[in-house]
Amino acid sequence: MPASSNSAVHKFAITTSAFTVLLLMAGALVTSNDAADSVPDWPLAYGKIIPPLVGGIRYEFTHRVVAGIVSVLTLILAIWLTRTEKRPAIVRLGWAAVALVIAQALLGAARVLLGHPPLIATIHATIAQIFFITTVALALVTSPWSQSGHPALDDPGSPKVRSVALWTTLVILLQLVLGAGFRHGAFGILPHLIGAAAVAFFVIWTTRTAKKRFANVPEIRSSIKWLNITFGTQILLGVAAYWAVAKAIDEAQPTPSYVILTVAHVLVGALTLASSVILTLICYRLLRPSGATQLSSQATRAAV
Amino acid sequence: MRIKWQAAIFTAALALTFAGCGGGEKPAPESSTAPASAPAGGGAAVDATTAGSVSGTVNLDSPAPTFKAINMSAEAFCSKAHTSAVMPEDVVTGDKGALANVVVYVKDDMSKYSFDTPKDPVALDQRGCMYSPHVVALMAGQTIEVKNDDQTTHNIHPTPKDNREWNQSQPPGAAPLDETFARGEVAIPVKCNVHPWMKGYIAVFKHPFFAVTTKDGKFELKGLPPGTYTIEAWQEKYGVVDQQVTIGPKDSKTVSFTFKAAGATGD
Repeated sequence: MPASSNSAVHKFAITTSAFTVLLLMAGALVTSNDAADSVPDWPLAYGKIIPPLVGGIRYEFTHRVVAGIVSVLTLILAIWLTRTEKRPAIVRLGWAAVALVIAQALLGAARVLLGHPPLIATIHATIAQIFFITTVALALVTSPWSQSGHPALDDPGSPKVRSVALWTTLVILLQLVLGAGFRHGAFGILPHLIGAAAVAFFVIWTTRTAKKRFANVPEIRSSIKWLNITFGTQILLGVAAYWAVAKAIDEAQPTPSYVILTVAHVLVGALTLASSVILTLICYRLLRPSGATQLSSQATRAAV
Repeated sequence: MRIKWQAAIFTAALALTFAGCGGGEKPAPESSTAPASAPAGGGAAVDATTAGSVSGTVNLDSPAPTFKAINMSAEAFCSKAHTSAVMPEDVVTGDKGALANVVVYVKDDMSKYSFDTPKDPVALDQRGCMYSPHVVALMAGQTIEVKNDDQTTHNIHPTPKDNREWNQSQPPGAAPLDETFARGEVAIPVKCNVHPWMKGYIAVFKHPFFAVTTKDGKFELKGLPPGTYTIEAWQEKYGVVDQQVTIGPKDSKTVSFTFKAAGATGD
């Protein structure tokens, strides 16, 4: 194991990322249960630290508590990285996560105090996804694997797999923005449907290209598998969630099927993005942008 | 330099963390309207000696659609407050298709007249985790008094398009909330996000010529100055329908509205 590797930091980064998944779920539960405005004040709730835990207040308050936990974890992670990490870019990424979580807290407050502008809610949901992939990236780059030497591989084709993977990640992120906009009333469904087609194209293109060129690289093969699994599940959940939304239109309150399917759609959307980020980072770690031959392990580390 | 920006983010994080120790509940928003007694409109008062009226009924042409009962199991107080199933109030009918909770009003610009804003508030109760009444109507600047008769916490959250949005909490036993709306708007959805089935509507007018039908479907608009008016009926699920009516001095006209499930027509 290299000297700079710190498995405790890596485990802590994974924990932060896992709590962020819980935070995404808590936030999605707030929206799906129509509880976003159930606590009209911020930072206190009904003027108290702990409000009466009834009805929609339970979802909103849980979201705030999990957000508080994630904020503290993120701050600890950034401080820990500052003290132990030798790569300045990783330290900066840790503090970028802190900046994002602060921005999220302020946007959450604006969402509560300024009413229900769809724009604020959509930005809040978008930054949530960006924050999540930041924690995923931190978990990956602090891993022993990331800090070990790997032979740099040449990508003989064009466009390069690492470029295609990056484009796919950006398209998935854009699709999540469109989904959040639809969910919060900023856009209609059409942009989200077009986005789904675009994501399908890019995911298929990326996974087929990567598999064709690097089927013998276990890390890439595994990442492709997870991207395919999450994306396939997400397509099915998208159809199911659309059915649930249409079915719930005339209901007096959110139905269990609506809540479960829409929350699952949000979560698997985030996991699809995370899978694509991991594939992209692995490609950037293993594949050289140009060159003809494999470099030695030492040379690769030096290049990175 | 690196220490500086890290310190800035750290300070901001600390400030956010400790923000939770101060502050308090959001203060009640200030009223943005004129005093309740101020006359609305900029013209002459209506001559009571020549004023007429329009009355009538509102019906639904077919049996009311069936709805699933509201599931209040999320909160024990709400479910215990009712001995029988509680239905949504999107469409409430009485005998012979009479339609309740329809707002009937003069659609025309009445700014050539001036009107006193009523001093008595309009009540909106939260009772059994439902709004009572489901639809209320009032004049711009008139006070709406929101009460919580329940032993549970509610938040009251109107989401207007033309008026100021507000969202306030009301714990059990709290004093009534007095609020006003500055502009005419038909109709402002109001909801409780704690109990997502609690939905109602608030219709606001710049004049006093409006009514909300009860279960007999009847309405009456009194004190109308002579003239030709568009009388409009609004229902939350079926939308609006209107009719022209001409009122002579001391005239009384009768109009009826029939809403159809796929739209609505005036008779």
